[in-house]
Formats: sequence, C-alpha cells, structure tokens
Amino acid sequence: MTWLNTLRSAGRARFAELGFPKVRQEDWRFTNLGALERTLFLPASPASALVAVDALPSVTPSHRLVFVNGGFRADLSAASERPDGVIIGSLAAVMASHPALVEAHLGQRADDAGHGPLALNTAHLADGAVLYVPKGVYLDKPVELVMIGAGGHEPLSWHPRLLVVLEERAGATLIEHHFSLGDGAATFSNGVSEITLGTGARLRHYKAQRENAAAFHLSTLSGRLEHDACYEGFLLTLGARLSRNEVRLVLAGPGAEAKLSGAYLLRGEQLGDTTTVIDHASPRCTSQQLFKGVIDDKAQGVFQGKVLVRPNAQKTDARQLSRALLLSDDARIDAKPELEIHADDVKCSHGATAGDLDEDAMFYLRARGIDRDGARALLIGAYVNEAIAEISSEPVREAFEALADHWLRS
Amino acid sequence: MLTITNLHASVGDRPILKGIDLSIKAGEVHAIMGPNGSGKSTLSYILAGREGYTVTEGSVTYKGEDLLALPPERRAAAGVFLAFQYPVEIPGVSNSTFLKTALNAVRRQRGEAELDAMQFLKLARTKCKQLGMTDEMLKRAVNVGFSGGEKKRNDILQMALLDPRLTILDETDSGLDIDALRIVADGVNSLRGPERAMLVITHYQRLLSYIVPDHVHVLAFGKIQRSGGKELALELEARGYAEFGVNEAA
Ligand SMILES: Nc1ncnc2c1ncn2[C@@H]1O[C@H](COP(=O)(O)OP(=O)(O)OP(=O)(O)O)[C@@H](O)[C@H]1O
Ligand SMILES: [Mg+2]
Repeated sequence: MTWLNTLRSAGRARFAELGFPKVRQEDWRFTNLGALERTLFLPASPASALVAVDALPSVTPSHRLVFVNGGFRADLSAASERPDGVIIGSLAAVMASHPALVEAHLGQRADDAGHGPLALNTAHLADGAVLYVPKGVYLDKPVELVMIGAGGHEPLSWHPRLLVVLEERAGATLIEHHFSLGDGAATFSNGVSEITLGTGARLRHYKAQRENAAAFHLSTLSGRLEHDACYEGFLLTLGARLSRNEVRLVLAGPGAEAKLSGAYLLRGEQLGDTTTVIDHASPRCTSQQLFKGVIDDKAQGVFQGKVLVRPNAQKTDARQLSRALLLSDDARIDAKPELEIHADDVKCSHGATAGDLDEDAMFYLRARGIDRDGARALLIGAYVNEAIAEISSEPVREAFEALADHWLRS
Repeated sequence: MLTITNLHASVGDRPILKGIDLSIKAGEVHAIMGPNGSGKSTLSYILAGREGYTVTEGSVTYKGEDLLALPPERRAAAGVFLAFQYPVEIPGVSNSTFLKTALNAVRRQRGEAELDAMQFLKLARTKCKQLGMTDEMLKRAVNVGFSGGEKKRNDILQMALLDPRLTILDETDSGLDIDALRIVADGVNSLRGPERAMLVITHYQRLLSYIVPDHVHVLAFGKIQRSGGKELALELEARGYAEFGVNEAA
C-alpha cells in the first residue's frame, strides 16, 4: 500500500528532524526522556510468549483483542458476534479487509507536526486496533484491548496505533489494559490513538496501565468530537518507570461533551505524566476533568492541563481539578493547569492542590483499632475512589477500584 | 485498672500537663472538670496515643502494662476507648465500612472471630436503634455532614460496638439536646460494670446526674487541684474555678 509507505516515510523524516522531546520544550518541562533516549530499543518481533488465556484481564464479557509486544495475537483474542457493519480487529487485518476505511481515517486525527513520539509511531506504523461503529449502532458489549509487554534480554519497543471511528449516534465502550509479564530488559510502548466521534456519538474509553518498573510508556491520543458527541475517558496509571498519557480533544461541534478523569498511583522512582489539552472550538461545549494523584517514595507526578476556549466558543463550560496526595518528603508533583480563554460568555474553573494525609483522620481510625497501614489504605482508597467514581460503567468502576486497592495493599 | 503517676507532657516545647496523679480502679467512674485550656483533652489524647505530645516525666500503666509504649490501635484493642471532643470527618469512607473495619481489627487483635458483612450489619443496626440513630447514618461518609449531636452519637455507637474496658468521654455531652443526652447516658451506663471503668470529662453537672461518678477531680493549670465525691461537681457549678486561681471572666 503506497499511501501507508508514504505515511511511514513522512513519520521517519519527521522523527529524524524532531527526535525525542527535550525538557526545554514547554510541555515536556517536567518529564525528562533522557533515560529513554539513551536506551537502544530493538523493534519487537511478533512475540510468541506463552500467555495463559485465563490470566488475561477482563472486567466484563467483551470483544477482546490481545497484543503481545505490540503484535496482534489472534490465538488469544476472542472475536464474538457483532452488529452489522461494526468492525473490530487488528489494524493489519482491517487494513487488508477494509483498506479504504483505514486510509480515510489513519493519520487524520494525529497531527505529528511537532510531536516526536507521534512521528516515531507513524514511522513504525504496522499494527494496532480498529474499532468502527456505523451510524446509529450501539455496541452493547465493550471492546477490551489487552496490551501485554513481555520484556526479553534486550530492550524492545513497539508502536501500536488505535483507530476509533464512531459514526453519527453510534455508541461504544472501549477498555484498555496495559501490563507486563514478568521482568526483563526495558520495554518502550509508544502508542498513538485517533478517535473520531460523529454527531451525537458516545464513547466510553477506560485505560488501566500497570506495566513493570522497567517499562517506558508513552501514549498520545487525539480525538475530535462533532455536534453533541460525548467522550468519557478515564486513565488509571499504576505502573511503568516513566509514563505519559497525552490527551488532546477538539470539541469541534456545538454541544460536544468531554469528561476526562484519572488517577495515578506512583511509588519508588516512578514518573507519571498526564497532559491534557481540551480545545473548545465550538459553542455550548462542556469539559469536565478530575485527576487525582497518590505519590509515595521518590516518585514524581506531572499534571499539565490546558483548556483552550476559541473566540466563537460561547457558553463554554469547562472545569478542571488536579489533586495530589504526597505520602513522603521526597514525593513530588508538578501541576500546571492552564486556561486560555478567547470568548467572553464562558464558565471556566481550574484548580490544583497538593497535600498529605489528614493526621486527624489517621488518629481517629487508629484510635478505633485500625493499624497504621490499614488506616492509610482506607484513607488513600477513599481519596482515589472519588476519582474512580467518575467512571459510569459499573463493572469497570469496580475493576479499577480493585486494581487501586491491590496497589495500596502491595 | 489505670494508674497515672506524675505525668508531665508538652506540645512542642510548651508544657501542658504538669504532674498528674490519678488512679482509676475497675468498676469506678471518675469525672474531670476544669476550665478551658487546662489540659483535659490533652490528657485524653495522651491516654489514647495521639502523636505530637511529648511525655517528659511520669508514667501511665493500664492493667499493669505501660500504656504509653503501645500504638493507638493496640490500646483500642486492649480496651481503651476515647470518645472525641471533636469527632473527625472522613470523606469517602462510609460509616459502615469504617465501623466494620474497626470492629474486625479489634476482634482480630483480641483473638476473636471476625464478623462477616451480614453479622456486622445485624449488630450495627441493633446498636443504632438503641442510640436513636437511623440506618441511613451507616451509609453516609464518617461524620461528614453530621450535626454536632449526631457526631457524638456516632462516637457512642463506636463505643457500643468496640466494647471497651476503659472509656474516656471528652465532653461527649456538649452539643447534645436533652433527649440525646439521656440516650447517650443510657448507652454509657449500659457499659458500666465491675470490670469496666470510665473517665468522664465535662463542663456540666447535668451529665453527671445521669452518669453518676464515684470521684470528681478538678484539673487546672495542668494539675489535679482537688478531688472529691460527686458533690464536688455541684459545688463547682455553683462557685466556678475562682478558688483555683482561674479568672472566669478572662
Ligand atoms: N497541638 C497543639 N498545639 C499548640 N497548643 C496546643 C495543642 N494542643 C493543645 N494545646 C494547648 O494546650 C492547652 C490545653 O488544651 P486542651 O485542649 O487539653 O484543653 P481542655 O482542657 O481540653 O480545654 P476545653 O475545655 O476548652 O476543651 C491549651 O492552651 C491549648 O491551646
Ligand atoms: Mg477539651
């Protein structure tokens, strides 16, 4: 496919020019990719690591696509009945079966003008996942993407591409699990997601990342919401040595709605970066963001949230809140909420707080017989669950609460 | 049961307790009265094990053990219970989760079997009813949005569940209406017994007409200035603390 080759070589050229982002770049100020850049990663070959199917995470009966080191594993995936016209499959397979669809959408959302990791992903474009839901179809069963990293003797990298297209009034739920199997050399997962929501379309998109301490995890999501479209996203970050979730949503049609929340739980020397850009490009759109961090040991949290309200985006309602709980003296949070408003009839609020555990509450719990660790787990759990409560899907909410609880108890 | 000997304590480098001696035997109820800021809550926090207070001199033994060496949760398991002057709000933790976690933590430490969800709920509902509390208060976050009196009742509910041997009530009567006072006093009285003891901190004689003390102590300037029988409380109510050098108008 020549268009694909053209896309790839453009990505290669862009990356050669840009390289990895540097801390002198404003939006990479807090996240140093030096260690990533110094590691020589080999592109992962389709791994045949043994993975027991019953060990795969699943929060609910779903259409399941499994990837090991970025390569699709049909043997582990579970395709099931789907409504007419719905396409769920690996990018490579859908490129073969529906080339025109993929060509029409691939690279449309991801604008790699100034983004090194995105250009790198494009340069390596080979596999990933596609979810396409035609007009008026509501996909009952969620789609689950299971992205397994299996580190080897040498550092390995992969660059999955996720393409989601929901046509007018279509609806779907997408759940991503990212985790590592065992330990091993460093891994680098450099994902890019492109999401297009047509008029009145609704996507619920939940992601849990719990890769191991040798993992680098970069993820860049670009989404476009048409008239009255609704995106509900949640990012749960528990793993990886260094991770960055970058989410850019353009509220392109009037009345579009973005609800984006997350929780990051970091310890050891982890760095977890959440960077969001919500572009209110149309009137009467709403965006609501709540991010909560729990940071222990020498870990570092980064939250950068930018809300841009363009001149014609009157009646915008944009809210953003970043909160961080610092559990040790060396724990650190860099929060940079940013509002850029060019319209006058808008409701915008943002806030960032950082603090430690409430000593009075700790003593109250301990005075009732609960030991220090139990009291901490109870308080931190309550704190994190307040963010997880934003998830409207009950099985996902429960599964993510359980993951956070497990983190707290380990 | 409890022996406090020459207890000196400070917050930062500010001395607050300056030599407290107090001995409470099983079966007894002691009351402590005293002016604002005299160190009553400080004493109760030190007995319950709150951090931030430095014991500079003296000792506290509880059932023959060095109480001050135990972390707060072990004291709770050993039967020490403090009803707080200001019960703490804990957003995001439901009252029932809190109560069940606490009860099972204490039972575990006491070598008793933990209660499952059903058993717990049954017990909690019964106790709630006795204290005039609704089941709905079990579902809400701990003390969040509770009225002053509801918070106090919630503390007494915790007391009823945890079945303490030594109960310290720090101004549990403040903020309670007349009916609530009676209900709370009944709850407390039901825990009186030959193997239990109580230390009741209050500003008002009224509570002591429901929970009748065996001994009354006056705490002022970080020391017990006078001790007597239950009639001392009446005398204080009539005369104030002037004779202890405290100017009430100040
Ligand atoms: N954490 C603290 N930091 C500074 N000072 C403190 C602290 N805790 C107590 N104090 C001081 O110690 C003194 C005794 O306080 P405490 O709360 O024990 O008094 P109290 O007898 O319980 O008074 P009240 O009747 O008003 O409840 C007060 O002067 C108070 O300001
Ligand atoms: Mg007090």
